[in-house]
Amino acid sequence: MKTLEEIQKIREEKRKELDLRVNTKSDTREKHILVCHGTGCTSSDSPKILETFRKIIKEKNIENVRVIKTGCFGLCAKGPIVIIRPEDTFYAMVKPSDCEEIIQKHIIEGEVVTRLLCKDIDGKKAQSLDELSFYKKQKRIALKNCGVIDPENIDEYIAFDGYKALEKVLKEMTPEEVIDVISKSGLRGRGGAGFPTGKKWELTKANEADQKYVVCNADEGDPGAFMDRSILEGDPHSVLEAMMIAAYCIGANKGCIYVRAEYPIAVKRFQIAIDQAKEYGIVGKNIFNSGFDFDIEIRLGAGAFVCGEETALLESIEGKRGQPRVKPPYPAAAGLWGKPTLINNVETYANVTRIILNGAEWYLSIGTEKSKGTKVFALGGNVNNIGLVEVPMGTTLREIVYDIGGGIPNNREFKAAQTGGPSGGCIPKQYLDTPIDYESLKEIGSMMGSGGMIIMDDTKCMVNLSKFYLEFTVSESCGKCTPCRIGTKRMLEILEKLCNGKGEEADIEKLEILAQNIIKSSVCGLGQTAPNPVISTLKYFRDEFIEHAVDKNCRTKECKAISKIEIYPEKCKSCGLCQKVCPVNAIQGEAREKRAINQEKCIKCGTCLASCPFKAIG
Amino acid sequence: MENNLINLTIDNQKVSVPQGSTILEAARFAGIDIPTLCFLKKINEVGDCRVCLVEVEGRRGFATSCIQKVEEGMVVHTNTPSVLEARRVVLDLIISNHKVECLTCVRSGNCELQALAKQFNMTDIQFEGEKVEHEIDDLSPSIVRDFDKCVLCRRCVATCKKVQGVGAIDTINRGFESCISTVENKSLNDVNCTFCGQCIQNCPTGALHEKESIKEVWAKLKDPDTYVVAQTAPAVRAALGEEFGMPIGTNVTGKMVSSLKRLGFDKVFDTNTGADFTIVEEANELIERLQNGGTLPMITSCSPGWVKYIEMNYPDQLAHLSSCKSPHEMFGAIIKTYYAQKEGIDPKNIYVVSVMPCIAKKFERQRTEMQNDGMFDVDSVITTRELARMIKQANIDFTSLEDSEFDNPMGEATGAGAIFGTTGGVMEAALRTAQDTLTGEDLQEINFEEVRGGKGIKRATVNIAGKEIKVVAASGLANAQKIMNEIKEGKADYQFVEIMACPGGCIMGGGQPIKSSKERMDVDVRKLRADCLYSIDEKSTIRKSHENPVLKKIYEEFLENPGSHKAHDLLHTKYQVREKYKI
Amino acid sequence: MEDKKKECKCKDKFLDELFKTYLPIKDNLIQMLNEIQEHYGYVPMDVQQQLSEFLNMPMAEIYGVVTFYSRFSLKPKGKYSISVCLGTACYVKGAQKIMDRLQERLKINEGETTEDGKYSIEAQRCVGACGLAPVFTINGKVYGKATVKMLDQVLDELDAEN
Repeated sequence: MKTLEEIQKIREEKRKELDLRVNTKSDTREKHILVCHGTGCTSSDSPKILETFRKIIKEKNIENVRVIKTGCFGLCAKGPIVIIRPEDTFYAMVKPSDCEEIIQKHIIEGEVVTRLLCKDIDGKKAQSLDELSFYKKQKRIALKNCGVIDPENIDEYIAFDGYKALEKVLKEMTPEEVIDVISKSGLRGRGGAGFPTGKKWELTKANEADQKYVVCNADEGDPGAFMDRSILEGDPHSVLEAMMIAAYCIGANKGCIYVRAEYPIAVKRFQIAIDQAKEYGIVGKNIFNSGFDFDIEIRLGAGAFVCGEETALLESIEGKRGQPRVKPPYPAAAGLWGKPTLINNVETYANVTRIILNGAEWYLSIGTEKSKGTKVFALGGNVNNIGLVEVPMGTTLREIVYDIGGGIPNNREFKAAQTGGPSGGCIPKQYLDTPIDYESLKEIGSMMGSGGMIIMDDTKCMVNLSKFYLEFTVSESCGKCTPCRIGTKRMLEILEKLCNGKGEEADIEKLEILAQNIIKSSVCGLGQTAPNPVISTLKYFRDEFIEHAVDKNCRTKECKAISKIEIYPEKCKSCGLCQKVCPVNAIQGEAREKRAINQEKCIKCGTCLASCPFKAIG
Repeated sequence: MENNLINLTIDNQKVSVPQGSTILEAARFAGIDIPTLCFLKKINEVGDCRVCLVEVEGRRGFATSCIQKVEEGMVVHTNTPSVLEARRVVLDLIISNHKVECLTCVRSGNCELQALAKQFNMTDIQFEGEKVEHEIDDLSPSIVRDFDKCVLCRRCVATCKKVQGVGAIDTINRGFESCISTVENKSLNDVNCTFCGQCIQNCPTGALHEKESIKEVWAKLKDPDTYVVAQTAPAVRAALGEEFGMPIGTNVTGKMVSSLKRLGFDKVFDTNTGADFTIVEEANELIERLQNGGTLPMITSCSPGWVKYIEMNYPDQLAHLSSCKSPHEMFGAIIKTYYAQKEGIDPKNIYVVSVMPCIAKKFERQRTEMQNDGMFDVDSVITTRELARMIKQANIDFTSLEDSEFDNPMGEATGAGAIFGTTGGVMEAALRTAQDTLTGEDLQEINFEEVRGGKGIKRATVNIAGKEIKVVAASGLANAQKIMNEIKEGKADYQFVEIMACPGGCIMGGGQPIKSSKERMDVDVRKLRADCLYSIDEKSTIRKSHENPVLKKIYEEFLENPGSHKAHDLLHTKYQVREKYKI
Repeated sequence: MEDKKKECKCKDKFLDELFKTYLPIKDNLIQMLNEIQEHYGYVPMDVQQQLSEFLNMPMAEIYGVVTFYSRFSLKPKGKYSISVCLGTACYVKGAQKIMDRLQERLKINEGETTEDGKYSIEAQRCVGACGLAPVFTINGKVYGKATVKMLDQVLDELDAEN
């Protein structure tokens, strides 16, 4: 147990000690080697790197150097990442075998290991993190501590204003005042739909009950999204602290965080955070002598995307099949075990402490008219800088793709960006300059979603992509209501027909009728949004659908069954290799003649493609 | 609270309904019909099927009218083109995944899906595609499961789990692969199913139905060497008429007997007489237990679903069960012994067909305990529904049949036998006999109102011959579970317990005519059928089982006295511990 | 690596402990199933039966929960459980080719185990290592920036081991 004074003392002393983490001009003689321990870097051996550093330092008996594991730095594509503070040197794709050199050259001799520096878009090697264009347009609020502190050390969290917001709330503010700040800040739910957070708190507070709950939705299920995971891995205390503030506001003293079991590192770090907070008396009875009690438990998901839907999540916490409930009543009125329950997602919570400490005005100054603050996106797909980015609302897609993301690899063209995962849609090229916020995305047929952003280049077939999303929805539909259970299956069947060249133009109309009715009549958010990927691709890439249906052709050749393999006469050197390998003798032409493929005979096995030394077949 | 009226507008009509009403209820109140499929009042209110969608002004998406509550000032539209299209798409999708074989389906003409298809004018299916395919489970003696006709309304699951507290079936898998299944898709034979058949009663389609025994009965009727005897349970006469369009609760005893004779049964007897035997034996057993310190409370054993339930779930409590066989088994045993002897027929040539409101009787019939001299007491059980089908097959115009009497010499039954078919009836009948036996008088106070009515659990203290006896009648297995837990935990001080597996008793048995969810929203089927039985009782000249002259004669000539050695051989049985699951 | 196939779980020490750790209330079902899956590598039927007695709930309901969540399996997984991430980021980067090759090489489908019990294949939804897309995992170890060639190499090594 720690008193408030003791915590304040830790904060001051530790802050001084850790100043070099955020101050490149720090005159300390110490050096901190930060090794990223997010899931991405951990998968590519970062724990080994950490261990090797420590070993060398011990062996060489080097003083004033500490090796720290941190949460995600964001630029996952360049992992494993090592950063040396205070100078902020950014080393990319570090291998355990590089540790020796880093210690020797950088730490002992004071020279940067140039070969490990990260190449920026312009081809130059960035000397420090700040120089990387990936970070230039970002603004880190939710991710503020990620990559700065050791997530498994509560003192480091406390050093950077940790639990100060909770203290302020419990000591100086009434629940109404706190809710007022959150409402004024304009914070909206980061889980997808963007419901005003303050309003949600207010509604839950208004419902009288002998027991209420706060729940954190960490069942991040969008394939290709890992924002929440990174926050939990990099800064678990900030979520815990915010949940406690929310609990205080709505009159709850029990909390529950529902995390995907596929996120073992996040689970482990959150558990450590809870344990440490309990040890300090921050979680428990009569917190900070305020009379406020709080207890929390972790519940693991078990692999069902639908459990990200709030009522399905509640069912799952209650030990049942994750089948959503019909709303209303909303969880604010009847949630966990029928009691009023507040459910927010991880990123939403991660903003709360910053707002309390910096004030609503500060938050209001960031973002667009209706969408305030920042949004974290997991940028992936055909883009150079795959990783986690946090940008102010209103940043354009072009800035994210080209400035932060470093553009499309292999000199290909940008075709579309997919946001909102299986509930969202595709944004085509003509909207690259749209400032991203809740409203604008909705207007162009996508949605914010939880923050997955997959970039696609021109080699991607949009019919095939809608099929991919429908496959996902069909396998993740809970099966409760008819439109989602059977309707999405029928949509998928039609898309399969189109991709296999068995479709017809009337199928496109059927898709539209199904889509509209599934949206209107499904029980929950999953069904109500499942047709979105199809609707938006139909809207912007209708010609591709018609091509599949009528011409039986896939321009990207992703749909094998209807892709013609052709020999480009201008590239063909008449070598005849393709003829030799073709298993069905479908290639015509003799001697000096340009070769050509007999489409009737061709089985699209692709053998000739691989055989051509001149890339004349495509 | 309930008196607070909520004002809303439905299809431009102003409606005021009590707070807490659903949109569906409010619409019905205003005379506006909204189609439903998965909805089953008080049992399955989940909003899964999406057939009952309506538009509520100001709300995104459609509202689920069967469960969503009315709000002040709400403006509802039940039949806009957009609502109608959505419902139609939903129904189209359901049918696209349904094994459509209406012509040969047991539920044709009484199928809620078929009715909706007709109402929606579904002349074509727009969204055809893959259908889920499962094997039919027809291994049990009672229930056939044909999942390919399932619409996933989950009424059966709610019934089995909530109403009956059994949970033999549940939803498994997810998405398109979701289905209603037992553990590992085992046969109902190999899981904790009690064969009560309440799932069938609540299934809107032909996905669940009884294992038919009609063919084997026709075969025996055709065979000149077989002496085919029918016996009909009390509850059948209160419901059979419904299958021919007669009002619920019409007493069709006379027509039923006539129809059976027309079908070619050699003799038609009344299971009510068998019930009288059961009463006499059971009352005797109760008195014996009360006087000689036997296991108390004594629990009735005439409901075979209940018996299977206790065998599986409370194997250590079997001593509480009365050792009496159920009425039709007792009666079957007497037909094949006393009656056969008397008429000079070789019992091997007698084929006893029980017409029952119950499908668990099909299971009970083939229990090894239900034999005498290597012959089963009863050879075939058909349900009320199956009898109706046979009558229709034989082209008999049921409604215009003249009445006939049951055959003698076993045609006489009492009012006590008749009320056996409803919850509390066995208890009441037994108490009538017990009080006369204990006092040695012919008492006139014989209506035990405390144990009548539709409540699931009816506790009472009755005064019998100056002694207070605590009794309870429970119907529905979830209620039975409550009583059994009281007994198991030693918290019960009852002397006599009546349990019937089906909520409301045999009149609501799994073999009775199936009423649609819609009909059941407005009509209390149980009450109407129960009233029919109580009125038969009221009109009977003899209302106490022990005063039945047929019984008196048979005891005198054959069985000696209640509880005799011979009575035990023929009329009593044993129970066995059963595994719930065969893993 | 631990051999995940174990015989009858009656009077199993692990279950004894589990039943002591948790209160017999339905809410705990998924938590307990997670531990059971973790321990045995699947959720055996006899364990489900014992769980049904312990939690006093119908076995069909437990079976319904087990078959709802993809993390629970009814059959033991292979000694090497290989998951291919089919999240969008990996899909866009060609994860399907990895999956196709895996199925072709092991001659089993997604969700199946080879006859000798050595390998099983699963499709996974985003392991969250999108920076390394496409990825596959073997018993939880992540292989990033995967190619068909790399998969073949890894499998060759595992094949060689005996």
